[in-house]
Amino acid sequence: MTATLQPLRIGFIPLADATALLIAVDKGFCADEGLAIELVREVSWSNVRDKLNIGLFDAAHLIAPVAIASALGLGHVKVPIIAPFGLGVNGNAITISPALQRALSIVADGDLRDPLVSARALAKVVAARKAKGDEPLTLGMTFPFSTHNYHLRYWMAAGGVDPDEDVRLVVLPPPYMVESLENGHVDGFCVGAPWNSVAVDLGIGVILHFVSDIFSRAAEKFLAVRQSWADEHPETLLRLVRAHIRAAAFVEQPENHREAAELLARPDRIGVSPEVILRTLEGRLKVNQAGDIRTGKNYLLVGREGAARPDPAQAAWLYAQMVRWGQAPFDRAHAAVAAAVCRPDIYDAAAGHAGSSFALPDTVGAFDDAAFDPDDIEAYLGSLRIRR
Amino acid sequence: MPWTACVFRNIEPGGNAHLSIQKPDYFCISAVAPGIGLEFAGHMAKAAPIMATGQSVAAMAQRLKIAIVDENPIRAAILDEGLREAGFLDVIWIEQTRHLLKRVYEIDPDVILIDLANPSRDVLEQMFQVSRIVKRPIAMFVDQSDAASIQASVDAGISAYIVDGLKKERMKYILDLCISRFNAFTKLQDDLENAKTALEDRKIIDRAKGILMKAKSISEDQAYVLLRQTAMNEKKKIADIAQSVVTAAEILK
Repeated sequence: MTATLQPLRIGFIPLADATALLIAVDKGFCADEGLAIELVREVSWSNVRDKLNIGLFDAAHLIAPVAIASALGLGHVKVPIIAPFGLGVNGNAITISPALQRALSIVADGDLRDPLVSARALAKVVAARKAKGDEPLTLGMTFPFSTHNYHLRYWMAAGGVDPDEDVRLVVLPPPYMVESLENGHVDGFCVGAPWNSVAVDLGIGVILHFVSDIFSRAAEKFLAVRQSWADEHPETLLRLVRAHIRAAAFVEQPENHREAAELLARPDRIGVSPEVILRTLEGRLKVNQAGDIRTGKNYLLVGREGAARPDPAQAAWLYAQMVRWGQAPFDRAHAAVAAAVCRPDIYDAAAGHAGSSFALPDTVGAFDDAAFDPDDIEAYLGSLRIRR
Repeated sequence: MPWTACVFRNIEPGGNAHLSIQKPDYFCISAVAPGIGLEFAGHMAKAAPIMATGQSVAAMAQRLKIAIVDENPIRAAILDEGLREAGFLDVIWIEQTRHLLKRVYEIDPDVILIDLANPSRDVLEQMFQVSRIVKRPIAMFVDQSDAASIQASVDAGISAYIVDGLKKERMKYILDLCISRFNAFTKLQDDLENAKTALEDRKIIDRAKGILMKAKSISEDQAYVLLRQTAMNEKKKIADIAQSVVTAAEILK
């Protein structure tokens, strides 16, 4: 195949869930498809979003809710964005300070590894602080339209904590998360790999939950392109997605973990030690300073179990979270637009086969068993006690 | 419903600037300096008449409070100076990005300038969500790929995304001002870099001359001629040849 004349410019944030994209480029899968790629490392989701919307990027590693917000024109200009490939499922984790960990363990009614136990313990800590007149707990997340925001909110609300009334949620760029935990600016945060591990390695944070404790499946990042770009470059898009499918399959082979970790660790890619990335890929994370290791079978799905095939029901769930927390009014038509951001049809066309053989549990499979029906978001929202 | 829009224009590889508008009369510009080069100066000259059409620039300047979020003190100072010269007297530099949101709320600026290479841009995004102050963010991007399209894209963008109460000349004026100041900053950095390199080059050439003078018992002038001749023959810089001589001498020690 002949290479395209103009390299595609693709923006990314240095996070482990950019893995399929980075490997697709650095392991040569894109080149195999005749695609030249210029990867642009960015520092903020706002930059990635704007550069994609504007056309400075042809494609981007994008936080899933931002793609949906763009498609709906929420909080920003309306630019139809589609996601033909899912970049990250279940890579987030909630990390807290050792002090908060101690406070939770004192009041916990059971095993803190159970998210319902930890959320209820959080409610008790919050109530005790309020009674004493202490400042509310502050928790960091990465962006207003982020899975981190929704995951944190979902978890604490299940334990009776109102995320807007009882705690302070602040946006923090991932590279600042660890420092903010260390200097007490935040008491915890929800962020993607590798930042939870970085905090643990420095001895200043304890991983409380993998997001896979809270949801059996939570889509976090997309490979996103503008609808208009996809319409103009259908063949290029298929090649790009095919390269990603091959990269994801490569990464999911355990014997390739070491090589992938070395490629991803480069300073111009994710830029952390290969060991941290290796632990992430293996779903085997050190969770505290004592060196306790937790393995998460469903931690960071790159390609396995059909994770890379974008799921419209996941997009609908994210839209429901936006409505739940007052970022968007509910509108059936908007729900349909949100769901249509995910394009499994393009994925299937690139893969050369249709459908997924994986039976997915209730879309997200939330730990509190709140059933989610993408076709009846109103009923779902009605069942939730804490909402805006 | 809050809304934002993006515009960009091209400056030169690596350089971009960013403007976002948040409510009528409230806007935020972010910009990043590295690489915004001299090539753009020509466009600035062409843009000058448009800048001058901002009739109420002085009135605007008196009204606007501008916050600069930049960890680089020199760049912040250059921007500050440019804004003051243009009559924007209410300029506040936020050096620390810690507690950024709190600072911004305290200052309550009309315009925020933030380095696009600063991850804290996402923190500002939170204002668009929760703030009672900010209702209508607009983002304007300035970035590079093709200098020729600068003017057209700026004009298109400003026309398309103008908010209530803000004339496009006003926005354009501030954008252009920022870009020219970033140019000044970049030139300063380049000059500094060039001066450093020149000094390094001279040091290494002096050492190479010394080695050659001793080894071949020749004069300083002859040593220099030898270096220059070799550089010409090999189509390399004198400093590179000098470096080879020094390296070789060290190995042979």
